[in-house]
Amino acid sequence: MVRLEHVDAGYPGEVVLRDVSFEVNRGEVFALLGGSGCGKSTVMKHMIGLNPVLAGDLTVAGERWTAKTRAALCRRIGVMYQSGALFGSMTCLENVLLPLEEFSGLKRRAREEKARSLLADVELLDAAEKMPSEISGGMRKRIAIARAMALDPEVVFLDEPSAGLDPITSSALDDLVLRLRRERAMTFVVVTHELPSIFKIADRCAMFDKARRGMIALGTPTALRDGSEDEFVRRFFNRGES
Amino acid sequence: MKLFTSIGRGWMDGLLAFHDSLAVLGETVCETLALPLRPGRFRGRDFLVAFQRAAFDGLPICTGIGFLLGLILAFESAAALRTFGVESYVADLLAIGLFRELGPLVTAIVLAGRSGSAFAAEIGTMKVDEELDALSTMGLPPVRFLVLPRTLAATFAMPILTIFVELAGLVGGAIVLKMMDIPGAVYWGNVVRTADTFMITFGLAKAAFFGMLVGFVGCCAGMRTRTTADGVGVAATSAVVGGIVSVAVSDGVIAVVCHFWGV
Repeated sequence: MVRLEHVDAGYPGEVVLRDVSFEVNRGEVFALLGGSGCGKSTVMKHMIGLNPVLAGDLTVAGERWTAKTRAALCRRIGVMYQSGALFGSMTCLENVLLPLEEFSGLKRRAREEKARSLLADVELLDAAEKMPSEISGGMRKRIAIARAMALDPEVVFLDEPSAGLDPITSSALDDLVLRLRRERAMTFVVVTHELPSIFKIADRCAMFDKARRGMIALGTPTALRDGSEDEFVRRFFNRGES
Repeated sequence: MKLFTSIGRGWMDGLLAFHDSLAVLGETVCETLALPLRPGRFRGRDFLVAFQRAAFDGLPICTGIGFLLGLILAFESAAALRTFGVESYVADLLAIGLFRELGPLVTAIVLAGRSGSAFAAEIGTMKVDEELDALSTMGLPPVRFLVLPRTLAATFAMPILTIFVELAGLVGGAIVLKMMDIPGAVYWGNVVRTADTFMITFGLAKAAFFGMLVGFVGCCAGMRTRTTADGVGVAATSAVVGGIVSVAVSDGVIAVVCHFWGV
């Protein structure tokens, strides 16, 4: 579904991670892990086409991000940003309606029905007419997930879904991801460093290290925790203890 | 060495900002030209909200400033013209000054301070909150969503605001001349005689152009906002400064061109 081959990640004139290679399979929840500032969000920005890769090859659903493929690829992915990134001048319902209005080709009534069913999926139908400023951070993220799913994307990217949330809300969000994966057979790529979340939702994960400027581990969370010989990986999974 | 580095950085930043603005300008022109072909894609509600804030919410301050401008202009010029016994010409001075030059210019400065900075702050905050990234990854061009409605709103708001500034200025002038015992009929008669249709239309067209400049510069400043603590503040400041400078420079160019064309 998403494939990176020998990718150098970063910004023009600044390589953050070198030679990153992994593949995200269809229907799996794949986590990008690492300490703060290690470059996991940078890798995600390449995956969602915000920044071009510095070197190597990156494909999403078999396509590279180019000016030609961009419009079609954007409709095949959904993104939830760390803050939710809901549009403050629109109600929650209008936020979910926006991609449907622009791209779905559905009639007005059908669009609204679909948007309401998406809000029901994330259990926030009651918040449909509220403005993003009137709801909590966790609710904003769930609305953002509903918006990300509006065009039935093949892969959904979640940037730090647990950041800034209490453990109960964070766990509820994880449950939501698992339910959506189960019901809609979607692929999820999740940027996170929350251990409970990683063990709960991730099938596999890739780990990055700032000091070594690269990917240092790839595998299931349990395999990395129990079997890795890398000091940094062990410490990460043991909350700083070797 | 540090001095050269900072000068070099300043130049590079300026060039990059110019490059970014050109890219946004190109996209805005393309989107504007495509508008008649796909009118349904225009964000009409965003335009109306921006228009209401730029035009109607700005009416009281613009009317107040216009009134004071007329009052001061009339007062200062009447004192000088009275020496020659031609204080009734204050009406001509006010009509030419307000309709042709000061009306659009002063309104544009007020618009830059009110709406240019607001556009930059709104778009800048959206950038910091990753809303621009969200638009891009949804395949929706931020220029169509954010720049076009606001720039058009400023373009259409400016002539309306300018009319209010000019009329309020004339009323201010009338009050001063009334105090100097010049009959109202003489004053308004001189204003009507001096301000012909071409002068008024030319001033309003210039106002619309200034509005477009102020709106566009404000939006560009917002799009270039850095995701730092002071990013939005810096963007708002550069929107005001950039708006005023671009209006002043273009007004100067228009004045020179008009002089050589005899307009």
